[in-house]
Amino acid sequence: MSKAILYDSTLCIGCKACEGGCAERWGLPYNDKIAAEERISAHKLTAVETHGERFSRRLCMHCAEPTCVSVCPVGALQKTSLGPVVYDAEKCMGCRYCVQACPFQVPSYEWNERLPKMRKCDMCFERQSQGKQTACAEVCPTGATKNGDRDQLLAEARQRIAEKPGQYYGKIYGVKEVGGTSVLYLSAVPFEQIGLRTSVPQEALPDLTWRVLELTPDVVSTGSVLLGGIWWITNRRGEVARKEGPRK
Amino acid sequence: MKLKLPKVTVWRAILAVILLSGLYATYLRIRYGLGGSTNLTDQFPWGLWIGFDVLCGVGLAAGGFTLVAIVHIFNIERYKPILRPAILTAFLGYSLVVVALMFDLGRPDRIWHPLIMWNPHSVMFEVGWCVTLYSTVLFLEFIPVVLEKFGWHKPLGWIHNISVPLMIAGVLLSTLHQSSLGSLYLIVPEKLYPLWYSPLLPLLFYISAIAVGLSMTIFESWHSSRAFGRALELSLLASMARVLAVLMSAYLWIRFLDMAHRGVFGLLLRNRTETWLFALEIALMAVPTVLLYQRKVRMSPGALYACVVMVLFGFIANRLNVAVTGMEASSGTHYIPKWTEVAVTLSIVGAGFAIFRVVAEYFPIFEAHPSNEEAPRKVAEMEAVAVAVK
Repeated sequence: MSKAILYDSTLCIGCKACEGGCAERWGLPYNDKIAAEERISAHKLTAVETHGERFSRRLCMHCAEPTCVSVCPVGALQKTSLGPVVYDAEKCMGCRYCVQACPFQVPSYEWNERLPKMRKCDMCFERQSQGKQTACAEVCPTGATKNGDRDQLLAEARQRIAEKPGQYYGKIYGVKEVGGTSVLYLSAVPFEQIGLRTSVPQEALPDLTWRVLELTPDVVSTGSVLLGGIWWITNRRGEVARKEGPRK
Repeated sequence: MKLKLPKVTVWRAILAVILLSGLYATYLRIRYGLGGSTNLTDQFPWGLWIGFDVLCGVGLAAGGFTLVAIVHIFNIERYKPILRPAILTAFLGYSLVVVALMFDLGRPDRIWHPLIMWNPHSVMFEVGWCVTLYSTVLFLEFIPVVLEKFGWHKPLGWIHNISVPLMIAGVLLSTLHQSSLGSLYLIVPEKLYPLWYSPLLPLLFYISAIAVGLSMTIFESWHSSRAFGRALELSLLASMARVLAVLMSAYLWIRFLDMAHRGVFGLLLRNRTETWLFALEIALMAVPTVLLYQRKVRMSPGALYACVVMVLFGFIANRLNVAVTGMEASSGTHYIPKWTEVAVTLSIVGAGFAIFRVVAEYFPIFEAHPSNEEAPRKVAEMEAVAVAVK
């Protein structure tokens, strides 16, 4: 059963308790100055954004087929069967392809460290493995952030829309975006109005590069035969010419 | 013998200044990390070092595999005199790309990780492996020059024995990673500006790499003929220029078709930075292509040189447009490299020129054929072995 987070923007009061809970879980500093930053970064793995009277939360989307997992040359990022996308800092060599490729601009790099790592939300993989809630869901006073099984949360989100159609923009963000994500959003207004990227493709991105990469064995085998053959033909021609040359 | 101090010339003075600033920039990179030495951010994580040093560096070194294929696989022997400089450029180019990567990677001490930690789904993983393997191939293709100089004939024979599979491997590895540098950007369909994002990126990167490989070879021959007072192999270069013109035409035509099919010509009407830099890139490629169709241009050393330089700049413009210009709009930020990034890049280029010159002076890179450019065919037995290997 794959875990997920459901964030209901209509229930969020912008108290930023999730930010505090997250900082505590990671052992990151948290104060008024950091609270005022409305952007995720290497020292702030989730951020509450203000969009007029509405709020929105940014965190790793934990895609079903994550772009970051596919681009990482050393396999430092993995999609767990539990749902979270986790990161092994010991493998990472700092190429930042994940930062470049993520369609949600989530991974952050520790630019000012001498031995830097990438930082991002891991949906409290350890806590969830022990059957606990994510830190953000646990501290949320209004239930705007809810943690649970993806199927159940999806059903619940649909039910909320069905029960109060007037209060919701009738769609759930994260169902189809880049092939589906483990963070789902509900909103009263179209998603771009609360800062979500609606331009992302509806299919998983890793296919775009795999379609080319999977041709590698074909290119190598066909190329070897072709180049070897050309060499054999042209070289033979040279040999013949050399032997016949002196006769004239 | 008295130790002679190198003469101070303008170029040497400029090089010294560049290398000194590069040295200081290196100190800043090590001391303050990427944040203190670059203008890179989470919004713009790849800058000049990837855009120029890696993307352009690998492309500009493509002459090595192009000429190996022409001379040793297609057996067009008359290009032999310019094969060695092309291999030297490639070998130097790839070595310098690795140096640049050491600056750009957050953890350069882990540059070897992809060799043991695999992810075949990653384009970067494939590039890492290909570049490592191809650098080894280039080393083996270049080392005969050194062996020859010191008269070590035994290892020369060993390399000769594996030379054909080695050269084929080199061409294949180059095909894979030159195109893969384009594939790196396939994964950002909504981030890269549509003038540059195309499913054909790998093909376009590959063709332009071959074209720029030929251009670099002509560029080098031209410069080395001045530096070392050799005769210019003009008829040879002119016939290469003809191939270059055809390749560039094919490249531009594919780009035109690709844009037509994707229906993005409307973007050219917008008055944006992207439009102007795109126009510059295309002009730098199209103008020399048209000119090179004329015999007069191909046969005039000055005009030929000017055309080739335009192609080189067009290529650089293309890679920087993909890596920087095209990625800016979606990033929501503006990236201009910090002086330290520029200093490191210039130092790497400067070091490349300087090392090439020194190696070319002390090792048999350019074959001795003083006046007649259709070089004498009668080469000594030993030399023939060496020639076959390179």
